Order: sequence, then structure tokens, then C-alpha cells
Amino acid sequence: MARIALEQVAHAYAEHPRSDAEWALKDLDQVWEDGGAYALLGPSGCGKTTLLNVISGLIAPRRGRILFDGRDVTGLRTEQRNIAQVFQFPVVYDTMTVFDNLAFPLRNRRIDETRVRSRVAEVAEMLDLAEVLGRRARRLTADAKQKISLGRGLVREDVAAILFDEPLTVIDPGLKWQLRRKLKEVHKRRRLTLIYVTHDQNEALTFADRVAVMNEGRVLQVGTPQALFERPAHRFVGYFIGSPGMNFVPCVVEGDAALVAGARLPLAEEALAAARVATGRIELGVRPEHLRLAVEPAKGAAEVTVRAVEDLGTYRIVTIALGEHVLKAKLAADRPVPAGAAYLSVPPAAARLYAGGRLIG
Amino acid sequence: MDKWEDNRAWFLVLPVFVVVAFSAIIPLMTVVNYSVQDIFGPGQRVFVGTEWFADALSDRRLHEALWRQFLFSGLVLVIEIPLGVLIALAMPKRGLGVPFSLVLLALPLLIPWNVIGTIWIIFTRPDIGLLGVTINGLGIPFDHTASPLDAWITVVAMEVWHWTPLVALLAYAGLRAIPEAYFQAARIDGASAWATFRYVLLPKLRGVLTIAILLRFMDSFLIYAEPFVLTGGGPGNATTFLSIHLVKMAVGQFDLGPAAAFSLIYFLIVLLFSWLFYQALQNVGQGERR
Repeated sequence: MARIALEQVAHAYAEHPRSDAEWALKDLDQVWEDGGAYALLGPSGCGKTTLLNVISGLIAPRRGRILFDGRDVTGLRTEQRNIAQVFQFPVVYDTMTVFDNLAFPLRNRRIDETRVRSRVAEVAEMLDLAEVLGRRARRLTADAKQKISLGRGLVREDVAAILFDEPLTVIDPGLKWQLRRKLKEVHKRRRLTLIYVTHDQNEALTFADRVAVMNEGRVLQVGTPQALFERPAHRFVGYFIGSPGMNFVPCVVEGDAALVAGARLPLAEEALAAARVATGRIELGVRPEHLRLAVEPAKGAAEVTVRAVEDLGTYRIVTIALGEHVLKAKLAADRPVPAGAAYLSVPPAAARLYAGGRLIG
Repeated sequence: MDKWEDNRAWFLVLPVFVVVAFSAIIPLMTVVNYSVQDIFGPGQRVFVGTEWFADALSDRRLHEALWRQFLFSGLVLVIEIPLGVLIALAMPKRGLGVPFSLVLLALPLLIPWNVIGTIWIIFTRPDIGLLGVTINGLGIPFDHTASPLDAWITVVAMEVWHWTPLVALLAYAGLRAIPEAYFQAARIDGASAWATFRYVLLPKLRGVLTIAILLRFMDSFLIYAEPFVLTGGGPGNATTFLSIHLVKMAVGQFDLGPAAAFSLIYFLIVLLFSWLFYQALQNVGQGERR
């Protein structure tokens, strides 16, 4: 159980980084609460694995400190931190049985054998590995091997947090959900801090209580899946979460509405107030799920042209043109889609305003 | 659908058959032919059946050469394999040191083998050789032309110097192929350096080490040029290994029949032991089979 705090952590792989782009992590200040299940979500190359390795101690950061429960562990090596890590690639010790694999971390720390046996039995039962304890680890399937990797982290009594680096990448899709469910069970039982790195938003949103979205070395937003969906703090978060991502169109706020390509879209009071004090280019962000299309004009609706319709079974993605801007709407399969000209309305509660890429209201 | 046949491809393979026939099959069959005949001179030969084989298997000097050979190969393996692995572990993984150390290691492998013998003769001469003068200067009498033990030490040292780089290069390649995640996981599990070596490195290196052991065994068992140049098989018979003994028989005494019979026995011994080594190495760490 640990509260992990990162203070002003920055890291670059190059000896002498010349530009901003060479910094894999930039000025990170982040707190991971004790017992929380976090997902670290972001595109490839955004620094997620670097951040994970900095927390576990496999990489020493160029700048900044890492604190476990207020204790500075920046100088401590991995083996001295109470961390376990599960890698993308199932790591098992080929020459040992499953039992010996699970016992390895305890035997290295000179725990006495009776304690080792009981811990291993407990963890094996929790992970459904009890029947295969006597087998050679290398003969098992990939998902069993990942469970062994996880088990090696769970046997240790001093483990405060478990870090996962895209652990389900090599697992058969049919077995992924089983492992995810198992992870959630383990979290409920042991209440460890879990940090799960992935680039798959479905995995992140189903596994975690709170998701941290990263891009280019920065954590852009940490929040519940609901918060990330409804109120993305940053343009990138809006774009990355959701499929398809949030629509962004430049607009000018005039009076009580946003002017986009000649159309007036009414806004909520909160957004209007924020727009009044904002400087620079303002963009309107709205999720495809919230857009409404109608054949008849209505108050506050904008005239649009329907360009394309993709039928995906339970829903449809409709590409529409509002002036020179292209938007996507996500409609339920049973709703009629107008062809050609249509009228788009944006519920004011769903409209978000962004200035300089950041959410203002 | 009809099965499509075109046998013209055999013509394309024909040149390979011809080359292999001339360079391998026909000479081998010639040796088999000689091994069952007594040859007095060109054109004078008598069929003697398995007489030469019986002779070879009961020849005392041959048995001695065989035991010397086993001792030599055994020593070579015991020294070279661990030493090569240690060198590979010590080599840099990244940066400018990598090509530099690889080239440095490869140098002994590039020298012609009889030149190696010549280098080591001079190197260990007690009067003008760097090593010879140094050791004798320290008060240790060292002369590989006079003392069988010194000759053995010199031959083994020469062989280790010559071929350990091969083991080191193979082991280095094997080490680079181990994914970093294994080492990271071992660190997180709190494994000591020895535990990491035993449970991560050795299992992953098994394939590479199999190749290294087989190659070194076969090569050292067949060794000829270096010890022959260095000691000529002496002093006396002290370093007369199997191939040297065989050549003395065939070329020196022109006893082609016995030499041919012995060549075949030699070939079969190497084959047998290579197979035994291979089976042993494949089964190490296998344990339970489904």
C-alpha cells in the first residue's frame, strides 16, 4: 500500500538533450493515491513506459524526485523499492516449475520455507494456478505465464504497488477479458496501488477507477472514465478518448451563442462566462454521441450537408459538413439519417469551449 | 486439380551433385576402398578384408594417442567454454566499445593455423621468446621441447588463445538476444548476480552453448596444424594426438591401408561423441516431457 508522488520528474534518454522533443518526460507532478487502480493511457511514444520504469526504479530520472508515502526513494534501486512489475512479454524462469517461479522472490529474500509454501499456495489459489504448480513454467500458455508474472509480484508481502506495462498484448483476445477480470478481483482483495499502462482505451476505461492520459511526456488529465469523456481538459484528451474522438471547430462567441460558419449554436451560461475572459482562438468541442440531426430546421440548429454514412451495426457514423468544417456524428441505428441537407443541433450542456487547446468552459 | 510435375528442375541441381560427388563422396569411397586393401605400391594391392580394422583397434600406440586426444579435448572444453562465457559477459553492450572489442576478439581467429604454431614456438622459446624468457627469468625452468608437461601447457594455452574468441563471440550474440525484460524482472525479484546467471542467462544460452561445445569438441578432436608445427608431436610421443599419429602412419610410412581404416574409425568416433554431446545438451533442463 503506497501513495506514490512524482515531483518535477523529467527524463531524457540522450546524454545531452538538445531540444524539447528529446525529453521523454517533461516536468511531471503527479500523485497516485494509495490503493487506487490507475490506467496510464496514451499513444505509442508518449512516455508511458518511461514513466513506469521511473516509478519502479529501472530508470533513474534526470530530474525530480519520487516519493513513496512521503519517503524519498529516488536514489533507491529497484530491488529496494516495494514494487512489482509485469512486463508486456511474459517473463518466467524456464528451468523452474510454477511453484519455484512463485517462490523465487521470497527465496531470494531468505524467507523461511514454511512461510514460502503458504504464501505461494495462497497466491496460486487466487490466480487459479493451483493445479499447475508442479509443471514446468515454460510449457504453459502465454496467459498462464502472465499470471505467474503477476503472482511473483503478489507473493511478496512488502509489495506496495504493482506496475503493468501493456501486459495483455500477447494474450489471445478471447482470454484478455478473463485476465482483466482477475486483475480487478486481485485489486479488490489486496487493495494494492495498481498502475496499468496501455494504448488501448477500452482496456483502460474498463480496468481503471481513474485514467491518466499522456501525450508527449506530459500527463494531460487524470480522472474517472466519465470525467474524461464528459469534460476532457485538453484537446488531445478529447480527441484520444472516444471512438470517434471529439469534434473540434473554431468559433467566435457572440452574445449567447457560438458562431460557426455562419450558424449560431447556443451555449450554456458557464461556457459564455468563460469565453468572455478568454484570449486567443476559441474552439467548440462536442462529442459525436451528443450531436442531433434533423430533417426540419429548429431553433439553434445549423444547416449542414450529410456527406457519408457508415453503418456499424448498432450505430452509425455520419460525416457532415458545416461550412468548410467536417464533423462526425454517432447516431443509434434506429434513428433515421437525413440524406443531403440536414439540420444539426448541439445541446448546450454538451458543448465545450477550448482556448489554446485547454478546456475553459 | 491435377498435380503439376516438372522434373527439369533436377538439371539445375545436377551441378551441385557433381561437385559434392567429386569433393566428398568419391574421396570418401576411395578411403573405404583403401581400408580393406594392403597397398605395396602403385598397382600392387591385395584385398585383406577387415584386417586393418582389427589391427587399428588393438594398436597400443593408437590407444595412447586416443587417450591423449580425449584429455586434450576435455581440457580445452573445460577451459574455453566458461572462459568464453565470462569474456562475453564482460564485453560492453553499447557504444564505441562494442565494435572495438568485437574486432579485437576476432583477431586470433583470422590467423592461419600453422602461423599460430609458429608464433607460439617463438613466443615460448627460452632463449628469444617473450614468454619463455620471462618465465625462465622468474626462475621457473620452462622448455616445451624438453618437458612433456611444458609441451602440454604450451599446446593447451595456444589452443585456448586461438579459439576462445569463437566461444566468446557466440556467447555474446546469445546474450544480446535475451530480452531486457528478463533481467529487469530478475532485478525486481531480488535475484543475486549468481541467481540471475543460473536462472536467466544459462537457460537462454543453452542453444548457443550447444553449438559452441559441439564445434569446439569436433575441432579440437581433429586438431593437426598447430600442435604439429609447435611440437611435431614431441617430445617423444607426448603431444602426438590422433591426427598427427594418423598422418605419420599414412604419409610417413606410406601405409595407406591401415591409415584409411583408421580414418574411418576416427570419423566414427567424432560422430559418436558429437551425437552423445548433442543428446546430453538437448536433455539438460528438459525434465518432464509431456
